[in-house]
Amino acid sequence: MSELDNLLASREMILVAGSGGVGKTTIAAAMGIAAAQRQKGKILVLTVDPAKRLATALGLDEVGNSPVRIEPAIFKAAGVTVRGELWVAMLDTKAGWDELIRQHAPDAEVREAVLANPLYQNITSRFVHSHDYLAMEQLHDLHATGDFDLVIVDTPPSRNALSILDAPSRMIDFFGSRLLRWLTVPYRSRLFTVASKPFYQIADRVLGSRFLQDIADFFVLFQAMEKGFVKRARAVEALLGDAQTAFVVVTTLETAPSHEAKFLAQALLNRGMTLGAMVVNRVLPARLAGNDAIASANALLAAGPELVDAVAEQLDDVSPKTVAAVLAQLAERFDDVALVASRETERRAELATFATTMLDAPWLTGDIHDIAGLGELAEHLRVDSVNG
Amino acid sequence: MTSLLDLDLLWVTGKGGVGKTSTAAAIAEVAARSGRSTLVCEMDAKGALASALGVDELDFTPVEVAPNLHAMSMSTEDALREYLRLFVRIPFIGRIGPLAKTFDFVADAAPGVKEILSVGKLCFEVREKNYDLIVVDAESTGHIVSQIGAPKVIADLVQVGLVREQTQWMLDILNDVNRTGVAVVTTPEEMPVTESSELLRRLTSETGAHPAVVIANRVLPVLFDRREQAVVDQLDAALPTLIDAVGPGASVVLEAARFTDARRRTGAQHLGRMRSELDAADPPLNIPIITVPELFARNGGRRVVSLIADGLADELDIEISSGQRANGE
Repeated sequence: MSELDNLLASREMILVAGSGGVGKTTIAAAMGIAAAQRQKGKILVLTVDPAKRLATALGLDEVGNSPVRIEPAIFKAAGVTVRGELWVAMLDTKAGWDELIRQHAPDAEVREAVLANPLYQNITSRFVHSHDYLAMEQLHDLHATGDFDLVIVDTPPSRNALSILDAPSRMIDFFGSRLLRWLTVPYRSRLFTVASKPFYQIADRVLGSRFLQDIADFFVLFQAMEKGFVKRARAVEALLGDAQTAFVVVTTLETAPSHEAKFLAQALLNRGMTLGAMVVNRVLPARLAGNDAIASANALLAAGPELVDAVAEQLDDVSPKTVAAVLAQLAERFDDVALVASRETERRAELATFATTMLDAPWLTGDIHDIAGLGELAEHLRVDSVNG
Repeated sequence: MTSLLDLDLLWVTGKGGVGKTSTAAAIAEVAARSGRSTLVCEMDAKGALASALGVDELDFTPVEVAPNLHAMSMSTEDALREYLRLFVRIPFIGRIGPLAKTFDFVADAAPGVKEILSVGKLCFEVREKNYDLIVVDAESTGHIVSQIGAPKVIADLVQVGLVREQTQWMLDILNDVNRTGVAVVTTPEEMPVTESSELLRRLTSETGAHPAVVIANRVLPVLFDRREQAVVDQLDAALPTLIDAVGPGASVVLEAARFTDARRRTGAQHLGRMRSELDAADPPLNIPIITVPELFARNGGRRVVSLIADGLADELDIEISSGQRANGE
């Protein structure tokens, strides 16, 4: 059994994290297919805003928060044999917030007042990194239903990948914060509280008291939902640290993504969370940086007209001049690729010190946009690589 | 169309990892080397701009990092402090420290307040004509709309107060196609191109600001012309000869070239798709897509920025003074 299959079989939840643009969505989808190939149960991939062609390939044209099953016929047509069921849901943050408000509002009056508040949309989309929090909330919900044997979450792209880990505690902090207390004390007593008076004067002059009051009204309503929110946030926090949960960090070997991957791996370690695997995406073949190839490129640079003539003789309808140009170009350009490949080999070795399981996905020349392509990617991830 | 460098304010955005900061630094360098007094400002205080410019760190007070080239890092708290000093004339400036911290809480929760302080600072520099050009290393494509659009949001939401009154002059600057532009940096890959294309098509309706240019970064060179390609295509037939002559690595050398060329072709397709999507937009987006070659140097830093600047100056057809490359980096 490969390390990938081991990981997928031993967990109930996998959170796929990493910086933007590294192919998280594709890797999460491929892992979903890999799990469905080997396991009998129900597997869910919870994804965010996938590239349109990937969505189409997964049959995700009009999917909202509710999971939909990928039809067996689609797998059959792609030549991928599955034992389990693969379900997919897309995270819709706006719909998600509305649902949260409905769940946590103590009564219909509060609920309707919040949903109708003019600031509601603006505020919910901005504070406490709500995208991250919503992803964690949905995960908690799906886990609580027990409907799925394995849930794989493609976490939202965030400027700092850590924000997903801290989203629940930030939500808890927010409800206990000075800001919320300050905003929700009645207008008149706020004016006469000595401590906040100078602040209020500034805020009033800069923002206008009407705007402040609008904000305050919103948060007074919001505070009515504190109990439900805080309780839930604690549950979500516990889930992230649970033994059945593992993180998979996806990265490429470019400077910025690998830097972020190291940072994230360290942060998981510090928080006592499990790093199930690190997936290195778009890896150049190691042989590109090999000594054989470098020696050949150098020899090619130094080769004389005899080689050019010998090659030209074996090809149809080519002039030795063109052949000479091609061989020179091959030799000169090789350095570029070899340089990139050798830097990437070094970066991969650094990353390997953080994770016991490293899974490589090669740099495929085309983009993946169908089930067959995802199946192929899953096969690549199954090939156990030798660390270091 | 106004030339890129004749704008007053240029926002540079792009999906994470495409080289947004290096490109912003390079545009600023081109402007400075063309004789324009230039300010480049990092909005997220991550320090990437400082390393791109080869300096230790940047803060709210601009420093001249090269002739004509000034650099700063945005700070909401400092922007608030300056704002209060200049416009509100708050008498107790000395006690503003803890107040600014509290204000930060509100700014975090209230829509657009934090953004408008930063955007306001940049617009203020434009209004005071302190520089010929301000280049902003802005938020990534996912967040740029709420950044540039902050004055619009505030104008819509806030009924009265100083902030409300001050959104109009900012909007006048931001919405003027001859003064403010947005440069979107992308790499020739599927996701960055898709995100950039979507952003460009909704930018003006959601923020009022106008796209100025697409900068395609890390574009691979064409390795072979058509006649040479015909040779490459049948080179496998001569592979044994090559291996005899230069060793067993010959096949990998050939593979590397084919691999690079396949990537280049895929990239060109993505950029072609972007062009047709921009042309098909309503109204059509006639902005240029200019390219910066792949430099095969995956580490950033000042030298790379200067190389990008050289490439951009060529593409923009701008004459610049000689670069920084001779200073022993």
